[in-house]
Amino acid sequence: MTQQSSSLGRDAWLRLRANRMAMLSIYLLLGIFLISLVGPWLSSYSYEQQDLDHIFQSPGKNHLFGTDNLGRDVFARTTYGGRISLAVGLLATLVSLVIGVTYGMLSGYLGGRMDAWMMRAVDVLYSLPFIIFVILLMVLFGRNFLLLFLAIGAVEWLTMARITRAQTLNLKKAEFVEAARALGYSHSRILFRHLLPNLIGPIIIYATLTVPAVMLLEAVLSFLGLGVQAPMSSWGSLIKEGAEKMDAAPWLLFFPGSFFCLTLFALNFLGDGLRDALDPKSSKD
Amino acid sequence: MSKLIVSRFLQAIPTIWIIATLTFFMTRYAPGGPFDSERAIPEEIKVKLQSHFGLDQPLFHQYLLYFKNLLRGDLGPSFKYPDWEVSELIATAFPVSLTLGLFSLLIALLIGIPAGMLAALRQNSWLDYLPMSLSMAGICLPTFVLGPLLIYTLSTQLGIFPALGWHGPSDWVLPSLTLGLFYASYIARLTRAGMLETLQLDYVRTARAKGASSLRVLTKHAARGGLLPVVTFLGPAFAGLISGSFVIESIFFIPGLGKFFVTAAFNRDYTMVLGTVLFYATLIILLNLLVDLLQAWLDPKSREVR
Repeated sequence: MTQQSSSLGRDAWLRLRANRMAMLSIYLLLGIFLISLVGPWLSSYSYEQQDLDHIFQSPGKNHLFGTDNLGRDVFARTTYGGRISLAVGLLATLVSLVIGVTYGMLSGYLGGRMDAWMMRAVDVLYSLPFIIFVILLMVLFGRNFLLLFLAIGAVEWLTMARITRAQTLNLKKAEFVEAARALGYSHSRILFRHLLPNLIGPIIIYATLTVPAVMLLEAVLSFLGLGVQAPMSSWGSLIKEGAEKMDAAPWLLFFPGSFFCLTLFALNFLGDGLRDALDPKSSKD
Repeated sequence: MSKLIVSRFLQAIPTIWIIATLTFFMTRYAPGGPFDSERAIPEEIKVKLQSHFGLDQPLFHQYLLYFKNLLRGDLGPSFKYPDWEVSELIATAFPVSLTLGLFSLLIALLIGIPAGMLAALRQNSWLDYLPMSLSMAGICLPTFVLGPLLIYTLSTQLGIFPALGWHGPSDWVLPSLTLGLFYASYIARLTRAGMLETLQLDYVRTARAKGASSLRVLTKHAARGGLLPVVTFLGPAFAGLISGSFVIESIFFIPGLGKFFVTAAFNRDYTMVLGTVLFYATLIILLNLLVDLLQAWLDPKSREVR
């Protein structure tokens, strides 16, 4: 307490470090990231290499996670799928971040009737079954990777917009914003140089919670056969294959399923931990 | 209260119109058409079919025609099943999805609310930790992992319930359980948080001081405020149940509306896609209104027209 170097970030870090579940989640996530990154290089098999002489091999020395119905190495496919799933998770979150933060900041900053209309639109959008549109989009315009990011990002921005708007509303009355305005700075400069840096905390927290939601949506699409295309794999498409061949080869479901669930688990715990650490006032749950 | 209903209805009309317009042009600008099937149809027949359904008219003309029919409550015939009206197809498939959704919701509420209340009453004991850990696991276990696992254990190994199909009530168990457990987990957490907050309030303490039994305090006094987060969650939950049913119907081979919708989109069955989207949108809007009314009844503070 007597130390004066106790900044907000340092305080938050100390609180986060005391949270055992959150720290465990960080290590778990780092591990999963690392395996997904180097796994495809480490494996002596490629994710698409078929070996019809060795189909449905149970996990063992040659194939760490076994092989599937076409003799493809499940370890290579799971780690490669991890790359895709994580990449989709991060990139689509980024898309939703950009849309949500911009919209929320604008709404909060403009205020008044404009704000009321913009938030009313969010309320209306909130109540719509977006999955229907995403499915429609993917079916109608083909399984385009870019479209996948955009479609998922476009669905998941709403909560981000609400959170950013609420924070902006609070912050725009602050003295430093008034000072910036008195100095005659342009609106965009005030928005991006003065307001945005102060919104980083809640944005990070919510982004951590958006990644699992996005990954789940990607997996749902892949599970319905609308995500990435064979021979490429994502955890969702692997889980689909595994679920179909569960009786013959349970490991086809077990490994991608475990990776996927552990990632979701860790991200949710980390998000909760970050919220507690960065915003001690908001109680858990 | 009636003001709320009226304002919601007035909002619903433009919302539904925008959704319908968006879907209409999205389907029409997508590559392919309803009569581009894999086995080639002779050109003359295709032209005839298209003119029969008015597809050779200018797009805007088709759009106007569709809305004119829509205002009369006519969703048009299905392009893929020419003997069927879209409304008939929906009327056949929706009850299946509805049964699935209602049973899932029932399971979610019956498990989630008691578990959350118990956890709140015995905070920081094993009766709190155990259900809350289970619910965290339930949230992180997606339906498409849980579903196959339930099939494997309860059907393939133990043979208690049938795994696939939709013939009788015993077929309902596994799909509803798969979909319901996720929401049960969520509701349990919301209930616990809401109850913990409410149990500290003065009026609950007053009720206790009056000597009301703890069961009565819980169900009569605390539940009304403590369950508010659950009610608020019901709106998104309905939307989630619908999207969840897409996956569940695909896992368990259930002939519900979700499956019809995906097939229709693949087949470019324009009228069927539009009809289903409109149906879902209307349903969701109505359910949200219901949730708002429920909320207004439970929480006097929220009784203002938005």
